[in-house]
Amino acid sequence: MTAPALAASQERLLAALETVRDPELDEPITSLGFVASCTVSADGDAEVRLRLPTYFCAPNFAYLMVADAYDAVSVLPGVRDTLVVLEDHFASDVINDGVAAQAGFVRSFDGEAVSELHDLRANFLRKAVMAGTDQVCRPLLAAGTDPAALLAMTLGEVPPSRALTRLRERRAELGLPAGDSASLLIDPATGAPVSPGSVPLHLRKAQLTRTSIEANSGICRGMLRHRYATPGQGQSEEDQ
Amino acid sequence: MYESNGEKYFVVDSHMHYWNAAPDNWVPGAEQYAKGWIECFHAYQGLGPPETHWSIEHFQKYSEDDLMKDVFEDGYVDVAIFQPTNLKEWYKEGFNTTERNALMGEKHPGKFIANTNFDPRDSDAGLEELKRNVERFGSKGVKLYTAEWNNGSRGYKLSDPGAYRYLEAAQNLGIKNVHVHKGPTIWPLDKDAFDVSDIDHCATDFPDLNFIIEHVGLPRIEDFCFMATQEPNVYAGLSVVIGGLLHARPNFFAKVMGELLFWVGEDKMTFGSDYGIWEPKWQVEGLVAWEMPDREEFADFPRLGVEGKKKILGLNAAKLYDIKVPDELQLPASAGAGEQGVLGEAVAGA
Repeated sequence: MTAPALAASQERLLAALETVRDPELDEPITSLGFVASCTVSADGDAEVRLRLPTYFCAPNFAYLMVADAYDAVSVLPGVRDTLVVLEDHFASDVINDGVAAQAGFVRSFDGEAVSELHDLRANFLRKAVMAGTDQVCRPLLAAGTDPAALLAMTLGEVPPSRALTRLRERRAELGLPAGDSASLLIDPATGAPVSPGSVPLHLRKAQLTRTSIEANSGICRGMLRHRYATPGQGQSEEDQ
Repeated sequence: MYESNGEKYFVVDSHMHYWNAAPDNWVPGAEQYAKGWIECFHAYQGLGPPETHWSIEHFQKYSEDDLMKDVFEDGYVDVAIFQPTNLKEWYKEGFNTTERNALMGEKHPGKFIANTNFDPRDSDAGLEELKRNVERFGSKGVKLYTAEWNNGSRGYKLSDPGAYRYLEAAQNLGIKNVHVHKGPTIWPLDKDAFDVSDIDHCATDFPDLNFIIEHVGLPRIEDFCFMATQEPNVYAGLSVVIGGLLHARPNFFAKVMGELLFWVGEDKMTFGSDYGIWEPKWQVEGLVAWEMPDREEFADFPRLGVEGKKKILGLNAAKLYDIKVPDELQLPASAGAGEQGVLGEAVAGA
């Protein structure tokens, strides 16, 4: 009778890992194929193994993903002990030990880093807000909405979509206005509405930021596939 | 020279390498880094067409003959520019040093330009070495890695006073072109190693130097474009853009090219194969054959015509390096400057 319970737990584990994003690519580590395996024993000991596209992927982002995976899994009901292991990376040992000891980035990389990664994460969240702005605005423009009209639009007036939900979530994470009455077009650094003259530039920047993130994500996927023959846990064929 | 549909293209490969990353060159105790580094490069090769993939053994150490065949005989390249990478912490004789490149280049007069490099944290000794390299190898360009770790320092900014001292010295020695690799550091950084804001400052303060941002700041094309559109002496080095996207992700290749044409313009984009990561042959053929897709999502991007392709493949870099281009390979006198970069400026200025 243990098999069905185990399967259910593993499903919960995967669902938790789906909430962990690559901060740079703004995508779940599951759909990116970064989850090599995830298991949980009958006693509730969870083990997650992560993999990245290269041996030299930036250690700061790698640290955030391992730490976030640890946080997402360790709070699950029924999980007793959590082990997250980053495989095949030049800084695997430092990152794995640092996260297991809850040491933080600076202490883990003693002498090589001077501050934690909050600013880095916020910077990339702002990029995600810009990219998300393009995802939300592009269909509106294609449907005939005048660019100038976007300026007056609030989030509540935009038809519901996955992209809109995601944009709201990213804005909320940054502490930016995300409610129905908030302006659709805002400066992601300050939260202030975009001025009328800068709408074309704002939309152009949003599009460019989205292209940059998506192209980067395409390269990462290609390299991961070159490195590992098998898809990641929770990665669909379409995700590869 | 590449010929297609009656058009002749002068080809300058402005970013390529001649490395030895085989086990005989690995520093004892640093083998895992030396191995990991070259395997990481090898994975990039995986983004090119399958028939151009090499075995890891060949990739670690290709011969002089291989290079001459791949780049000049098969790859259509007229002049190739070596960009050195030292990495002496991992590779006994360095990965591909100025000296290794230049000594090979000397055997083939007129085919190569050997760039050198510097690290502003190397103080006076580094300045002397720069002077020696320029005098010995006639370098007109340098390749810089701002995120490189050096003696306890976790990277530097090209806007630092120490870097300005080097840029001044380099300019006095006759260096014209500064190729900057904005990329991942091998050491942890608590900030973004790809930040290009320092280039914004030094490009303004050194108007007679050209700054070629290799890999167009990938994966931060947006930061690069916002900066480049405002600086007349900042160029987009296309290595990795063509090699990494044209075959593997054609849709994103078109989008990235569209953005670069819009923000930077065809007059300030330069081809680089990044050989031995990718062979130039398929990249040159692919770029010449490439057209912006005729679909709605690409509608507001500038188009790239034959003249633009000629500029990108060779004529722009030939100008930067004073390379003599045969008359028949020049643009017709009627050809003007590309307008696309100006469009980008207009929007940025709005």
